[in-house]
Amino acid sequence: MEHLLINHYETAAVILFGIGFLNLLLQNNLVKKVIGVGIMDSSVYLFLASQGYIEGRLAPILVGEVANAADYINPIPAGLVLTGIVVSVSVTAFSLALIQRLYQKYKTVNFDEIVQLARQKGDE
Amino acid sequence: MPFVYNFPFFSIFICMISGIVTPLLKNGRWAYRLSLFASGAGVLLSGVLLGRIGPANESFSFMMGHFPAPWGNELSVGPLEAVLATAVCLVMMMALLGGSRDIFEDVLPEKQKLYFIMMDEILAALLALTYTNDIFTAYVFIEISTIAACAIVMAKDASATLVATMRYLIMSLLGSGLVLIGIVLLYCITGHLLFPSLQQWVLELVATGQYTIPLTVVVGLIVLGLGIKSAMFPFHLWLPPAHGSATTASSSVLSGLVVKGYIILMIRLFYKVFTIEVIRELRVTNMIFLFGLAGMIIGSIGAMKEGHIKRMLAYSSVAQLGYVFMGIGLGTDIGIMAACFQILVHACTKPMLFSCASALSAGRHHNKKLHALRGAAYENKLAGIGFTVGALSMIGIPLFAGFAAKVFFASATMAQPVKMWMTLLTLALSTVLNALYYIPAVTVLWSRPAEGETGEKQPVHPAFAVSTVVFIAAVFFLGICYEPVVTLIQNGLALL
Repeated sequence: MEHLLINHYETAAVILFGIGFLNLLLQNNLVKKVIGVGIMDSSVYLFLASQGYIEGRLAPILVGEVANAADYINPIPAGLVLTGIVVSVSVTAFSLALIQRLYQKYKTVNFDEIVQLARQKGDE
Repeated sequence: MPFVYNFPFFSIFICMISGIVTPLLKNGRWAYRLSLFASGAGVLLSGVLLGRIGPANESFSFMMGHFPAPWGNELSVGPLEAVLATAVCLVMMMALLGGSRDIFEDVLPEKQKLYFIMMDEILAALLALTYTNDIFTAYVFIEISTIAACAIVMAKDASATLVATMRYLIMSLLGSGLVLIGIVLLYCITGHLLFPSLQQWVLELVATGQYTIPLTVVVGLIVLGLGIKSAMFPFHLWLPPAHGSATTASSSVLSGLVVKGYIILMIRLFYKVFTIEVIRELRVTNMIFLFGLAGMIIGSIGAMKEGHIKRMLAYSSVAQLGYVFMGIGLGTDIGIMAACFQILVHACTKPMLFSCASALSAGRHHNKKLHALRGAAYENKLAGIGFTVGALSMIGIPLFAGFAAKVFFASATMAQPVKMWMTLLTLALSTVLNALYYIPAVTVLWSRPAEGETGEKQPVHPAFAVSTVVFIAAVFFLGICYEPVVTLIQNGLALL
């Protein structure tokens, strides 16, 4: 229990990941599924960012001469988060475009209903 | 550094550049030519590379940019990567040729250019997954191939494909989410992203007994994520609708290549990061083995129940992927060698089956129900022969590629008594099941059609003819002269 409190960022990240994952898996509403993906990805970024941060150290930006490397926080997790954000933005955009397409065809964003309508049309 | 060491980077880069240039082209036809050029250049570059490092049995790392390891990004290339990359580029090119007619019929003219961008990006992603030496780069390319793969499914604008794409997308996102969290956890306990440094720390952690549970969780998450994306049983349900409803070239590329990209990455991670001994100790291989066996049976049963020829082929892919997972699950070098060989066999056979099935249904108003295809082989003999060769290879008749793969699987199990009996029994059962749906399909295609059921005689499309002949040659090559290929794979695995 104490560990969970000390690592509160990681705990929050894991809980958020679970929420996002379940949303993606269990929601019927496609837009909510995409929101689930968003929560899931953000939780990973929270986790990464908290890993890279070291209490009491500087941002890894050089001003003037090179100081000791031990004075700065680790910049790699931040770089990974940036890359990850780009990926998740494109995935979200693609999913929303697809959902819009499905909505135009079936006038609903409920996936079960869409599957049923497609089956009725006999082309599923 | 010899100039030829730049070729892996060139082949990835040519694909990405052609994807970027494609929107500037006049129409879909030119985009198609550019994609053919990119994959052809890939075949040439990887082939030359293979000719150089294959016989010399050497491997090397290629520094991307100006930062040396452990900070920068790297590609690592050995005989195994070179063989796989050559095959990937060749299959991509032939799949485009074989499916070209359907692409221009199924995809709206204004969307055709976009379709070929996606194809270029898929090839770039597959090559990058084969060559990369950096785990986060691998994640980025996993996502690129996910989006591009979903896009080529939905390119054929029908309601069935939209629903299938949605399913595929949801499962893929679940898979990549799991892979991402696995990679992040691994980074947290090791502090590295490059494969060699990761391996060093993983071995140290194992030796000192630290972080055993996180390490197990990491392996589990990555295997699960990649397994979902490569349709490992029981996560295979998204595959048949997606591969069965897409346009021909998409089905070929998805079944033949895209699912394999993740498996190749899995094998490379097992060797270059976790090492196969650690994976065996964690008992992950046993899980993969059981899932593989189940997939072989369930996939075949699904295929038997299917009356739609393309969905039948898609279910058969689930079964064939089961073979690959079974080989990996054996957890020995020879088992994984057999899995790599099966990857090549399936990559050459399934695209041919898909493009022949589409060519056969072209004379029957694109009706892909098996009963509507009675006698269709007489209207397009080359497609009929191609389908028959593919079917016989999938069943595992001697001289065809599938037979060689099955022999390797059977001989790979000899060292492990428990797994041997399970493997041999499942192999036998799965062969019978394969025959139970492929033989009736072939018989239907070659039986004389009833009055009024005949379609028009189909002219042979030159692009289709080239692709089918090359695929047939590849099937016989892998079935008869497999020796050099196997040696390359074995040397490659030893160097990983």
